[in-house]
Amino acid sequence: MDINKNYFEFIGLPVSFHIDQSELADRSLELQKTLHPDRYAHKSEREQRMAVQYMAHLNEGVATLKSPLLRAQYLLQLQGIDTFSESSASIDPMFLMEQMELREQLEEIPEQDDPFEALDDLTGEVDQLLKQLRERFAQQYQDQDLEAATSAVRKMQFLEKLVVEIERLEDRLDG
Amino acid sequence: MAYSDKVIDHYENPRNVGKMNDKDSNVGTGMVGAPACGDVMRLQIKVSDEGIIEDAKFKTYGCGSAIASSSLVTEWVKGMSLDEAAELKNTSIAEELALPPVKIHCSVLAEDAIKAAVADYKEKQDK
Repeated sequence: MDINKNYFEFIGLPVSFHIDQSELADRSLELQKTLHPDRYAHKSEREQRMAVQYMAHLNEGVATLKSPLLRAQYLLQLQGIDTFSESSASIDPMFLMEQMELREQLEEIPEQDDPFEALDDLTGEVDQLLKQLRERFAQQYQDQDLEAATSAVRKMQFLEKLVVEIERLEDRLDG
Repeated sequence: MAYSDKVIDHYENPRNVGKMNDKDSNVGTGMVGAPACGDVMRLQIKVSDEGIIEDAKFKTYGCGSAIASSSLVTEWVKGMSLDEAAELKNTSIAEELALPPVKIHCSVLAEDAIKAAVADYKEKQDK
């Protein structure tokens, strides 16, 4: 085991956007067993420390690879691309316009006759948009069109923020 | 994190929230967004025949600092010429609102928005 390895290699999966979630779960369970503190109880302090580090790397890796957004960001990060840069110039205005409209739609939901239905509709729409972006990213990443792939991830970041806002409203309506 | 009194004031009483018809030839619209935090901002200006900004409106979905930055900009640009508005610097916004370093990007977003609105207006005039 080597914590300098990237999460895919560390866990034993191919470096790709498409991952088999059940394989990820199996591999991480196996590694967790190997790294279980009981197995290290009689080992040296140094080895115990290493095991703790491996475990931390594993947990971070699993969390990163599980989430489509974090996985996409991580794949680009491995290529030296930071999707968190603040530049707004590169984002297509039509996309931003759509984001504005979706947020306006969300804002008006509490005043709708059936807010829960309106919320469901919006959730469905946002899920669909995210799904399309993920598919687009997978293709662009595979084609090594990193500029387009970066743009897709930036768009995902806007939509994931919207998902958080939708969940917040859902909690408020439920409460 | 503590917001300054000015940020809180703009956040609680945002100035000039609203929308203009972006099809109007005397309206310029700037749409910008920050991918890192998912904030989106729309800033619009209405320009007189003499090239003076008569009115400004904004709508921002984002944190208090982003709302305050765009609210402040709409106040400032009214009465300015297009060139003056395009020269507005994020540092003056950040200074006026006493934004902490982690929120400087919100003032950058507002600067980008007014620049985009001016550019959009100019592009419309050239057509």
